[in-house]
Parts: sequence; structure tokens; C-alpha cells
Amino acid sequence: MESTKQFSNLLKKFNNSKTEQTENKGAKVTGKVIIRVKDVNFYYGNTLALKNVNLDIYQNKVTAVIGPSGCGKSTLIRLFNRMNELIPKTRLEGLIQLGQINIYDPASDVVDIRRRVGMVFQKPNPFPKSIFENVAFGLKVNGIKDKKYLSEKVEKSLKDSALWNEVKNRLNDNALQLSGGQQQRLCIARTLAVEPEVVLFDEPCSALDPTSTAKIEELILELKKSYTIVIVTHNMQQAARIADFTAFFMLGELIEYDNTHKIYTNPANKLTEDYITGRFG
Amino acid sequence: MKRHFDDDLRLLKNEILKLAALAEEAIRKSIEALKFQERGLAQEVIDNDKRIDELELTIEEAALELLACRQPVAIDLRFITTGMKITAELERIADLAENIAQRAQELSDAPLLKPLVDIPKLADVARKMVKGAIDAFVNHDEGLARNIILCDNEADTLRNSVYDELIHDYMVKDGNTAPRAVPLLLVARHLERICDHAGYIAADVIYMVKAKVVKHHPERLKEEA
Repeated sequence: MESTKQFSNLLKKFNNSKTEQTENKGAKVTGKVIIRVKDVNFYYGNTLALKNVNLDIYQNKVTAVIGPSGCGKSTLIRLFNRMNELIPKTRLEGLIQLGQINIYDPASDVVDIRRRVGMVFQKPNPFPKSIFENVAFGLKVNGIKDKKYLSEKVEKSLKDSALWNEVKNRLNDNALQLSGGQQQRLCIARTLAVEPEVVLFDEPCSALDPTSTAKIEELILELKKSYTIVIVTHNMQQAARIADFTAFFMLGELIEYDNTHKIYTNPANKLTEDYITGRFG
Repeated sequence: MKRHFDDDLRLLKNEILKLAALAEEAIRKSIEALKFQERGLAQEVIDNDKRIDELELTIEEAALELLACRQPVAIDLRFITTGMKITAELERIADLAENIAQRAQELSDAPLLKPLVDIPKLADVARKMVKGAIDAFVNHDEGLARNIILCDNEADTLRNSVYDELIHDYMVKDGNTAPRAVPLLLVARHLERICDHAGYIAADVIYMVKAKVVKHHPERLKEEA
């Protein structure tokens, strides 16, 4: 139901939209741009992992990044909060903006960028601490000590990640006692606690069962009301269900970027069609 | 890379082609039954409709299974959904052929009111349209599909000509001709409806090939041509 609603709202918005309109690989998409990728090349040592990528991420939308393994999907989203800097001998050319800020400007505050652009990983990775401490971690690192504020924030984040009802009576339990699906929602709560603008999901459901996957998908559709979501996924149907826009990458190049509906019913590029229909190889 | 899914799609297509062949045969036989007043042949068409109904259900089930198990996208999705729609149209076409066979039986006991001229012509158009629409489906031939849709005008003209003749030359002049004229009017109507359904199939084929919706939007045909 949610995705049907989402789809009809999207249509309405598209029809009425007077907001910024940009060209991405020949496809017209509209909305307020929150992340702009311009003429980006990215290298691991001498290996070119992303080639001349131009792409806009739209506010309060879900953007899915799909493509075969090694096509640069994760590399791309890890550029959005400078995670790739943690890997030695990497090099970026081009511009990546978060709002008006150049993310890679030496003057930019990397801690603040990582707060504004949160990330949830493939495997749930809670800290070996209590449920409460996991969610409060980012706030404490940012110097917040007020217990009442911390409690409120933890509760809100757990509610926003649809985990509160399952853990409200056991906040002091070790987070590792939670199921895989619960751990992943805990990691989402931990990300939300520091109030990011963008949440990056790197294959967040690949280690989860179908029920937990469905919960995360529902959650993402809820979260997009308040956050911008970028999700890397190998699950075509997942992208089709939850994403407003889909970007298809191959060998480091952005092949096609368009409305998800268009990509999954009538992709413009033969490579996209071959990939999503499984004719690849 | 070879996909087992392609084998499934081929099987689905073959079943649709079987259904199309049965529907075309039903049209041909029902018109022959009418022309030559062959009650037995008409009965054959009526009896055979059950087989067509069963085949429709089989195809529907197979298509649903493919949708559920394969979760197809893009051309695969358009092929299966179009296949389902075409199946429903073909079943409807076969029902109309059955209706013609029923009219043929009604008319089989007394001499025909007049030699049939426009009705066989209309039947030819109907068969040509059904065959063409199915060929367009098989060959992903958008151009042929467009031509098929345009044939519908010819069908309407022929139907109107049958109506005019039967009403003005017979029924108005002599009310007693009505029992033998009305079934012929209905046959013209059934044939024209068959042409409509063939046109819908052609429109579905255009959607399948180009992902463009022309059904209920004839103006889009001109835009694209």
C-alpha cells in the first residue's frame, strides 16, 4: 500500500513540480538536489573505479544504486561522507557537494559531514554495549552528557527505526542479544540519533530474512519523509519497491539514471535491460 | 547467458499461439457454417469453445506463476502482462465466433435471406486482423500492429453497409424478413467486435514492444507514425 501511495504521490509531485530540473543521462528528474556529483573520477591506486560520474541525489527521495559487483556502487556512496578516505592510495577528481558545501574542500569539517551523512552497512555492526549505549554513542562522542536529553533522543531514534516496542523494556541488555533484523534496526537508530540529513544504506538487507527485510523496507519508506535515502542493493525487486529513482552503474560508469518506474518497465539503455532482466554475462 | 526463464517464456508464447490458432479456426468455421448452412459445423465451433476456455485458464495460471516466481521486469514484464491481456482478448474472440455459430444454427433451417456478400468480406477482415495482430505479437512487429489498428475503419464500414442493406432493403420494406435478417445483423456486429478485439491485441503489442500506451488514445498512433 505504502509504495502505491508513494507512487501516486510521486506522480502528483512530478506533475505539479516547479522545482529544479536537471538532466541525468538524458532522463529528466525533478526535485531539490541535496547531493551533487559533478565530473567525478575516483581511483584506488591506479585503478579507475568511477569514470566521469554526474548524478544528483534528491531531497526526501529514495535513490537506489544498482549494478554488478565491482561496478562502483559502494565506492560512490562512500564518497558522500568521505568514507573512502580511510582507504590508502585513493584519489578523487571532480566535485561532490552536500547542499552548498564542497564535501572534499580541505576546510570542510569531516566529522560534521559524517554526522550529516549517516551510513548503515551490509552486516549489522552494533557495538558490544547495551542497546541504550549503542544509540547514545554518537551523541556522547559529540559531547552530549545530559541524561534526560540522551534518554529522549534514544527513545525517539528507536521509535523512528521501528524498534522501540521490541526493546523498550530491555534497553540495558547487550545489543548482540538482538536478532539480525533487530540489530540492523538498532544500527539505523544509532545513525538517526545524530540527526543526519542523508542516510546511506549499503545493502542493508542482504544478511536479513524476508520478514526483517520487509521491515527495513517499510522503515525506509517512512524515513524518507524526514531524510534523504541512498541505498545500494543487489535486490532488483527491492529497488523497484522502495526507490523513487534508480541509478545503474557498470564498470564504474553511470549507464542510466531515471525514475524507478521507467527503469523497471522500459529502460532506455540495452545494458540496463540486460542487467535487470538477468541476461547479463 | 542462457536463461531457463527464456524457455518458460517460449512455452508461454507457444500456448498463446495455440489459443490464437483455435480462435482463428473458430471464426473460419463459424462463417463457413453460416455460408453453407451447416448445423454440424456450427455445433463443432460451440463444442470447441470449452477447450478454448480451458486453455485460457491454463495460460493465465502459467503467466501468474511466472510473475510470482520470476518477478520479471522490463521487456519480460511487458511480454507476460501483454500475453495475459492477449489471452483474454482471444478468448473473447472465440466467444464471438461461438455466437456466430449460434446465429448460423438459427439460420440453418430456412434458405438465407440473401446471398452473403459483405459478411464474408467482413469475416476476411476479421481473420486478417486477428492473424496480423498475433503475427505482430510473435515478431514484436510494431509497424504491423499499427496497420492492424488502422484496419478497424474498414471493418466499421463493412458492418455499416451490412446494417444499411438489411434494415433498409429488407426489414423496412417487409417486416416478415426480420427473423432472418436480425441474426445476420448480429453476425455483422459479432464480426465487427472481433475486429475491435484484434485492434486491442495490436495496441497491447505496441505497448509490449515500445512501452507506449496507444489503447484508447488513437491520436498517439498518428503522433508516432
